[in-house]
Amino acid sequence: MMLTVLAVTPIIGALLVACWPGASGNPRLVKVLALAVSLITLVLAIVVAAQFDAAEGGYQFVEQREWIPAIGAHYALGLNGIGLTLVMLTTILSPIVILAAWGDRLPNPARTHTYFAWMLALEGLAIGVFAATDVFLFYLLFEATLVPLYFLIGAHGGVGRSYAAVKFLIYNLVGGLLMLASIVGLYALTTRAGESSFLHSELIGLDISAGTEKLLFLGFFIAFAVKAPMWPLHTWLPDAAASSTPSTAVLMVSIVDKIGTFAMIRWCLEIFPGASQWASPVVMVLAVISILYGALLAIGQDDIRRLIAFTSVSHFGFIVLGIFAFTTLSTSGATLYMFNHGLSTAVLFLVTGMLIARRGSASISEFGGVQKIAPVLAGILLIGGLSSLSLPGLAPFISEFMVLAGTFTVSIPLAVIAAFGIILAAVYILLMYKRTMTGPLRPGLDGIRELDGREFTALAPAVVLIIALGFVPGPLLSVINPSVEPVIAQVGAEDPVPPHPVDAASEGAHE
Amino acid sequence: MIPAAQLDYWVLSPLFVVAGFAVLGLILEAALGRRYRFVVQTIATAIGLVAALVVSVLVYGDLRTPEEAGHVARGAVEAEGAVTVDGPGVITWIMLLVFALLSLGLFAERRFEAGMSPFTGRAADIPGSDEESQAVQHRLEHTEVFPLMLFALSGMMLFATANDLITMFVALEVLSLPLYVLCALSRRRRLISQEAAMKYFLLGAFSSVFFLYGAALAYGYSGSLNLTIIDEAVSARADSGGLLLVAMAMIAVGLLFKIGAVPFHAWTPDVYQGAPTPVTGFMAAATKAAAFIALMRVFFVAFGGASWDWRPTFWVVAVITMVFGSVVAIAQTDVKRMLAYSSIAHAGFLLVGFSAAYVGIANEAVLTSVSSVLFYLVVYGVATIGAFAVVSVVRDSAGETTHLAKWTGLGQRSPWLAGTFALFMLSFAGIPLTAGFIGKWGVFAAAWAGGTWPLVVIGVLASALAAYFYVRVIVLMFFTEPVGDGPTVAAPGVLTTVVIALAAIVTVVLGVLPGPLLDIVQHAGAFVR
Repeated sequence: MMLTVLAVTPIIGALLVACWPGASGNPRLVKVLALAVSLITLVLAIVVAAQFDAAEGGYQFVEQREWIPAIGAHYALGLNGIGLTLVMLTTILSPIVILAAWGDRLPNPARTHTYFAWMLALEGLAIGVFAATDVFLFYLLFEATLVPLYFLIGAHGGVGRSYAAVKFLIYNLVGGLLMLASIVGLYALTTRAGESSFLHSELIGLDISAGTEKLLFLGFFIAFAVKAPMWPLHTWLPDAAASSTPSTAVLMVSIVDKIGTFAMIRWCLEIFPGASQWASPVVMVLAVISILYGALLAIGQDDIRRLIAFTSVSHFGFIVLGIFAFTTLSTSGATLYMFNHGLSTAVLFLVTGMLIARRGSASISEFGGVQKIAPVLAGILLIGGLSSLSLPGLAPFISEFMVLAGTFTVSIPLAVIAAFGIILAAVYILLMYKRTMTGPLRPGLDGIRELDGREFTALAPAVVLIIALGFVPGPLLSVINPSVEPVIAQVGAEDPVPPHPVDAASEGAHE
Repeated sequence: MIPAAQLDYWVLSPLFVVAGFAVLGLILEAALGRRYRFVVQTIATAIGLVAALVVSVLVYGDLRTPEEAGHVARGAVEAEGAVTVDGPGVITWIMLLVFALLSLGLFAERRFEAGMSPFTGRAADIPGSDEESQAVQHRLEHTEVFPLMLFALSGMMLFATANDLITMFVALEVLSLPLYVLCALSRRRRLISQEAAMKYFLLGAFSSVFFLYGAALAYGYSGSLNLTIIDEAVSARADSGGLLLVAMAMIAVGLLFKIGAVPFHAWTPDVYQGAPTPVTGFMAAATKAAAFIALMRVFFVAFGGASWDWRPTFWVVAVITMVFGSVVAIAQTDVKRMLAYSSIAHAGFLLVGFSAAYVGIANEAVLTSVSSVLFYLVVYGVATIGAFAVVSVVRDSAGETTHLAKWTGLGQRSPWLAGTFALFMLSFAGIPLTAGFIGKWGVFAAAWAGGTWPLVVIGVLASALAAYFYVRVIVLMFFTEPVGDGPTVAAPGVLTTVVIALAAIVTVVLGVLPGPLLDIVQHAGAFVR
């Protein structure tokens, strides 16, 4: 019941916010209500995390009930370490995002309540996606997340929102529908095998012929590659990010896009291990292209939001690379990366959003020297930026290192090329920082205020987490690792043995 | 002397009830004064429909499983081989009666036209003439629409259960003729309405002849018009049977015309646009359902033995219907025309389920072609009637405003109405948690299980195309600022409100909890031969 409560709480909150009498005329009430709901959800998530037995691994808090017996669909939820990590990310970011959205200037202020209601609805659906262990339920929730996000972009975004929203929807819908075709195929297979079922536990052992497996795998993978987003299916993301509010962009990039990479682990790797092996060389090459392509395009952007969107394409490349290298190290690193990237991107999108709202423009060339008048804002942007370029001591460094180290054991050329992504990351972040924050103060920027208390409060938890996890990633990794190991075992890959092992005796001799 | 036919009146009673009430309607028309007719006709029709519904449900409960059936099947061939009362057939009856009840609510809505029905006062008047304005002044109404609807309905019910090509042809005409007349009766925009009726009549008559010709050739091939006997001839054949192929093709043309599949769809947009909106809703939902079940019955029962001859043809028809309907709908600027092309696209999705010809696993209830199509027809029909009900509410001084440009900003004026329409659009698009999703799921599952996975892939891609124009309407209603005056929404009467609300509730409930209905259609079994 715990997971149902966790997922339903924000959805009930969304209904409350949307239907509260007089909500449309009282934006303040709406915001307080939304924040309260998201904080309650966070408390519930912390309770779940506290009860989670990391050492045991496997799926916990399992719920399973027959839902549509006619086709064998179950209402089945469960969390393993990977799912828990992402649920925590979702519930931590939601209050941050809601607090940061306090002052958003919406195109239609009379509908502020729907803005916050959709955010909460998205939170609830995302939790459901991370917890679903029935592929039919997963698909339903996966597609359902499109609706709130579509309205968040299309109804509450900025210039070009309608176009961006439709582009977002069509890309994701096409991907999702291809997955639907694969799920239909799974249904046909399980029906033929006896009992139709969509349960993760039963699909894992399903006997599929190699050709069919590849076909079904492709349906799933393309859906997740669109969502993640991977080159060349990424083009919806920059448009959507540039046309939405900073909070929407965070929900989209930090949470919803993670569904793509999360689902690659849960559904592609575990159900189609053979096809995953078959596809991994191509996927890894695509991932490396994403890394470099995203980074190069980020360097060339003038719109800050598009820049951050392209950095995300690059970072998602690392995550996918880690997943498809099939080593415990890299896949754990990729999972950790999902969490860290969520935090660092949230900080970047939100703090630049505050900057953009003050200036009324997102163009880098319109800024300069801001750190002189708003040092705290500049400082937080610097921390967010440095975490994005994986500075040692900040959280993403460890995950990126794990991904690269794991990849090295599988393919040295790919790892070397991917490592260039780090250098490019330094270029795009530091150039952006230099142009906006340093140098003489540009005329027209005199009115820029320092962060106020509310904005600082919204950003502080994420910054603290980035720094803390940079030094102490252990607790999170101890949750992730036991869940990653069975996945790697399922794919049938073994961690490569180093060619020159250091045996225990000689290691001891050095001390 | 001709011996009297042996009929089991009980299992056939839903047909008799509907036809009987249609005749009663005619008598009422002649016997009652003008003041009382409308109300009495409405109530009589409602009683007739509810009675037939109750009887149909009871008949369904009484269906027995024939002993020799290899697959799950219920019911038997009745009326000396003319009618088959079986699981899918009776479910179609129930479905059609529900559609008719919902449509009746729209037929009887008098709130929009200053207390008059949505049908013209005196159809014989020349549009725009003095006589016509006199008819309006005298508040004339055509109350014959109710018996006409019942006649059409009885034809549809017979069409879906006919086990004999001649019975089927008679049913086809009984369902078509009243619809031609109904199409011409719009109160507003008389000329376009008459044009629609004319077009529908000419093309409909043309396609009927194809059907008849096919039936004659089938008779020539097998020596019988009875589907069961044709089946025996087809299954026992040794040659390729050129005559049989032509017969199948001709019959397919006649039936594909009725369901609006490409390339026999040309009438659909004009007729949907010109017909009075309540009739459009009824026609779109009910005609398609009846014709689809008839199509499946003919091809599964009579030509089942030749399925490898006709299946590839239907694959092609399914693909071009899905793609054509979805692509052309994108370019539409009129809501009713857009819904017409959407109905063409849906015919394509239904054909995907049908052309897989998946009969399931022996003696097990799984999603077969028949059960998935039945489910799809229910969810499509309900959402269609709901969508046309919404169309009938959005009006300005000249009647309904169906031009999409006038719908901009509807979501800001009347969020509930626009929200419901958006729900129907999402269901048509097959977005999860709406009934349309489970419907699409069903036909695709049957198609994959039947071995036609490429159709499934094309189908999902066509769904994405279709989603584009459904979503465009939502964008228009919610995200676009209204131009000029913007749309005016007439306060809907009780009946229309109830219809819209019921359709919306069904669409959501079947999306979240489709289990019970899926269970019913899965246990309906195959067609009885």
